[in-house]
Amino acid sequence: MLNFTIRRLILAVPTLLFISLVIFLLLELAPGDPMAQVPLTVPPEVKEKMREALGLGQPMHIRFWKWIVQFFWIEPQVLVDHIFGTTFSAGDLRVISWQTRSPVMDIVIQRIPQTLWVVGTAYVVAILIALPIGIYSAYRQYSWFDQMGTFVSMIGFSVPPFFSGVLVIVIFSVQLGWFPSIYDTTLVVNSWDSFILQLKQMIMPVMVLALQITAQLSRFMRASMLDNLNQDYVRTARAKGLSEYTVVMVHVLRNSMIPVVTVIALGIPAIFGGAIITEQVFKVNGIGQLLIGAIQANDLPMVQTLTFIFAVLIVLFNLIADVLYGILDPRIRYD
Amino acid sequence: MTDKDRFVPDEGLAPASTVLPAADVVEEFTAPPRSQWRDVWDQFKTHKGAMVGAMLFIFIVAAVYLGPFLWTIDPTQIDIRARNQGPSWAHPFGTDQLGRDIMARMMSGGQTSVSVGITAMLLALFLGSFIGVVAGFFKRLDGPLMRLTDLFLALPLLPLLLVMMLLFREPLSAAFGLERGIFILIVCAIGITSWMPTARIVRGDVLAIKEREFVLAARSIGTSNTQIITRHILPNVLSPIMVSATLGIATAIITESALSFLGLGFPPDFPTWGRLLFDGVDYLQQYPERVFWPGLAISLTVLSVNYLGDGLRDALDPRIRGR
Repeated sequence: MLNFTIRRLILAVPTLLFISLVIFLLLELAPGDPMAQVPLTVPPEVKEKMREALGLGQPMHIRFWKWIVQFFWIEPQVLVDHIFGTTFSAGDLRVISWQTRSPVMDIVIQRIPQTLWVVGTAYVVAILIALPIGIYSAYRQYSWFDQMGTFVSMIGFSVPPFFSGVLVIVIFSVQLGWFPSIYDTTLVVNSWDSFILQLKQMIMPVMVLALQITAQLSRFMRASMLDNLNQDYVRTARAKGLSEYTVVMVHVLRNSMIPVVTVIALGIPAIFGGAIITEQVFKVNGIGQLLIGAIQANDLPMVQTLTFIFAVLIVLFNLIADVLYGILDPRIRYD
Repeated sequence: MTDKDRFVPDEGLAPASTVLPAADVVEEFTAPPRSQWRDVWDQFKTHKGAMVGAMLFIFIVAAVYLGPFLWTIDPTQIDIRARNQGPSWAHPFGTDQLGRDIMARMMSGGQTSVSVGITAMLLALFLGSFIGVVAGFFKRLDGPLMRLTDLFLALPLLPLLLVMMLLFREPLSAAFGLERGIFILIVCAIGITSWMPTARIVRGDVLAIKEREFVLAARSIGTSNTQIITRHILPNVLSPIMVSATLGIATAIITESALSFLGLGFPPDFPTWGRLLFDGVDYLQQYPERVFWPGLAISLTVLSVNYLGDGLRDALDPRIRGR
């Protein structure tokens, strides 16, 4: 198992390098010029200096190499400095955003808590809803509950977040006035009242995201339970005289959870991607909104870094899912 | 077995009308062989959701393409005196902030959305089936092609789509004209980022079919690889391809609307459902119905296509069929 994990980790390195190269080459074609907003009165030679200060004007492969060094070598040093108060990275050039002229990673670190808070809660809520629904609809297959579950998850699949989000804003913010339509990230939770406010502003984005995840997960849970419910060991468990609760919730559920756990792991990076739209609808200033803003402002270092972070997440969670599968299911051994 | 003309040779897709009336006594023995597609259709009919979905989808496509012949108001016609009107007989869905008829705009937006969905699906399907068949059939290409598929699956697709929109919007609109350029861009972008699931499914099926006896038989009489693929392999992987086709339409429509919603899709004077929704968000408080109609259209289309795919999957699975 350890062997397999190490092998996969080593294989992930060329994958990630290739992806970063693809993103870099794509952005290389971008028509935008970071000097476009500089006033015309600035003489051309000064402009050229500014361009060089931003790291432009050198050949492509050198810039790619510089970005790699900055991202994989200097940024971790900055993190270590930040945590332990050391000065490894003093004087090194970091990845600089063209929009704000400040290090990209600083902005990303500022934005991550909002995304994690909203998206993470949505994921937890979705798992808590989806698993019971999946278990019960498999146990009572073709009952009205199962049919309802199928219908609701079809709706969850079909209604895109930019419609369901806007719809709940119309209903709950505009018509009923229960919840604020804009997520206020400056809110500091330090009392009961502010906690209630935080809860109120989180409900809508969390539920919109959770609806989609629930739709997917409950289908998986149901299919996996159905596979296991007809197996021989279930009949044996019943024949032994175990209670129905023990049979379903202990024997069947534990076996059914194996594929579901890996699906949960695989879904985590997709949620970051899918959350771009939800963040945009509810004006949550998380990573997704940062990416949209950077794309519209032609801020290539920011776009490159963010896209690459998404890619890292996907590769990482794919790996985690594979390893989890091997750990949970003793029948699967990769070595 | 005297009257041989009662047998209809199995022509695969023989239309039902060629079936001769059978004598009632020996009917169960001499009943003409049923074509496979008739079985599929019979199974499909028993799936209520799929039938409703199919009818709804046909209705939406017809309304969007044939509707403009009946509802002849020009979607771009500006009538500033009649702006922001509620539903009336002259404008069943009301008018927008420039007095353009929303029903006409819904139809023309739907045309774009549905055509983007179908074209992008066809492109993704072609790429996916091609890569899947080649990877499954030729052992030497299997490894590299599947690594390529894994690589594509590891790409963050929505951010990349957004980046592609940003980069190629201007060169393509300059080359092909604004609308057609963006249409090509969106279709290609969605197509080359969504072929991977199809490729994986098709490859798996091809790997299994390749080892069957009829392929060996075909090879032993000297059939070329191309002919084995087109005559023997492709017809047998048709059912997973058809199922991913329906799901592909759904994803393509949602992706296109998402791009338009983020302001990176079609330009404002060239409506799609996603763009109409995006425009409607500005008037959310006063006229929520402007968001509601395009959103409902997207959701209903995707829902109907999803149900259609669900029914097709059941109908095309011979293990479920006939039960």
